[in-house]
Amino acid sequence: MQRRNEIISNSLKVNYEQFQTSPIAFDYEKMMTVLGYNIKEVMKIQKEAQVGNTPLWELKQLTKLIRNISPKGKGARILMKDEAANPSGSFKDRRASLAVYEAKKRGFTGVVAATSGNYGAAVASQAAKQGLKCIVLQEASDSDGIGQPEIIEKARKCESLGAEVVQLSVGPELFYTALATLDETKYFNASLYSPYAIAGVETLGYEIASEVQQQFGKEPAAVCITHAGGGNVTGTARGLRKYGNIQTKIIGVSVDLKGLHMASDQDFNRKSFTTGHTGFSIPFTTNPDRSDVPYNAARPLRYLDQFITVTQGEVFYTTELLAKLEGLERGPAGNTSLAAALVLAQQLDEDEIIVVQETEYTGAGKHPVAQLNFAKKQGINVYKGNPEENKPGSTIVIPEHIQQLRVEEIDLERIRESYLRNKLKNQNINKLNTEDKNFLAKEINRDLNYIESYINRNSSVLS
Amino acid sequence: MNIVKKGTWVEVKNIILNPEDRLSQLPKDTKEVPYEMKVKGFLANDANINENATIRTLSGRLIKGELTQLQPEYNHSFGPPVIELLHIGEEEINILNNRQ
Repeated sequence: MQRRNEIISNSLKVNYEQFQTSPIAFDYEKMMTVLGYNIKEVMKIQKEAQVGNTPLWELKQLTKLIRNISPKGKGARILMKDEAANPSGSFKDRRASLAVYEAKKRGFTGVVAATSGNYGAAVASQAAKQGLKCIVLQEASDSDGIGQPEIIEKARKCESLGAEVVQLSVGPELFYTALATLDETKYFNASLYSPYAIAGVETLGYEIASEVQQQFGKEPAAVCITHAGGGNVTGTARGLRKYGNIQTKIIGVSVDLKGLHMASDQDFNRKSFTTGHTGFSIPFTTNPDRSDVPYNAARPLRYLDQFITVTQGEVFYTTELLAKLEGLERGPAGNTSLAAALVLAQQLDEDEIIVVQETEYTGAGKHPVAQLNFAKKQGINVYKGNPEENKPGSTIVIPEHIQQLRVEEIDLERIRESYLRNKLKNQNINKLNTEDKNFLAKEINRDLNYIESYINRNSSVLS
Repeated sequence: MNIVKKGTWVEVKNIILNPEDRLSQLPKDTKEVPYEMKVKGFLANDANINENATIRTLSGRLIKGELTQLQPEYNHSFGPPVIELLHIGEEEINILNNRQ
């Protein structure tokens, strides 16, 4: 795959070299504007494609429940953006709509997306609307041919929308297979990490900011965002900022899958969540450019104020609670951030607002019943109890009551150190120029002094 | 009697990489097994099951592979009830109604 860059460049028709400003740095904002679309134009394109403008629900019952168990005066109002109302059933339609629009405009006859997630269905749906061919590549099964119900459901959905689905066994070679497919078909690379895919999510943050402002006359105190590859956090945060929200805390939430190896054939079916988990969020936050484009447009560390994890059992519990108390049956993956919001709302004042920024569709395969039955078949011990006993790959502990929900903080300082270590691995850090230092500071959302201090502490070790 | 007629909706399987050709940095359990691909499509010509065949996929590509399944099923479902989930909400509704 020596031709990696050539294939990537042909399949996106974007010359990424124009953004490079020094050996380490590139002009991120320039990259995000070469698109030539401002947020109003993105909204127009999405409206044409029947994407976005989803309902923002006030979860009145859950808010009341949280207030009943919180200290007096605590218990923020919980709002939820019902992204399941998008054409293919998730916020991923926002990411796909712009990419597929761009593919059509540039004269491509088809699109390729490498994803085991909702993004495949979103690209398939948008391609169907635009009359383009679509190929979705999934990491779908282990070496015994066994696939998780959630991924099989996603394949079914793609095929029902007219897409070809290439199902692959476990392994990072998915990336090379996708490149070979792009090379063969000359289709557009509907990468999850292109500027289009991120700009498409900005409308989600923008809608939340404007709707909360209109209804409540203020900024939300926090927005909880299910965090995997970083596009959801990056796009939502950028949209909130573009509206003018500067106080709102950006909280990334992932399902804790600590200890499971993401490239392991045997671990593959020992997890119940195929996205929104730490197996994606930690590597993509600390090393965003490990993607299928030269510069990843998803750069979550620029925006994250807080990064927390919840357990698989807590998300299943929350999914049930949403159905039984609010009458909203939604897929588990989107409820990751709701699980966290139920805990964080207890720490905020009653007059504050916390927003859960997505839901996803549900159905056979994408439902706690299907996923827990599958887990049991894989030998996972599923029981009701204290979620602190959770051990990814061995146990799924379903909380017995609401007071058992917890969140675990991931230390962002360690994540920043890890980012810098990855970025500066083969660099002489004593020779970094000002451009590089400014870039690194922006990348980790810290000032220049922070970078200077990092260099001083590590110059002997790393140089 | 294993001839499958042209035009039948089928699944083919291919080994893309043998274990020795896989990425060196993979965990051992993954490195030991081949890298496989499965794709569904309409059979381009009559073919025998478990033999090589060509299909036309939904995107219109022609793909060769071992013919493994006829009219492949979606076999994912909900399955039996999960008892651990059934009582969720009872206690919370009591809290809501201050009956705790």
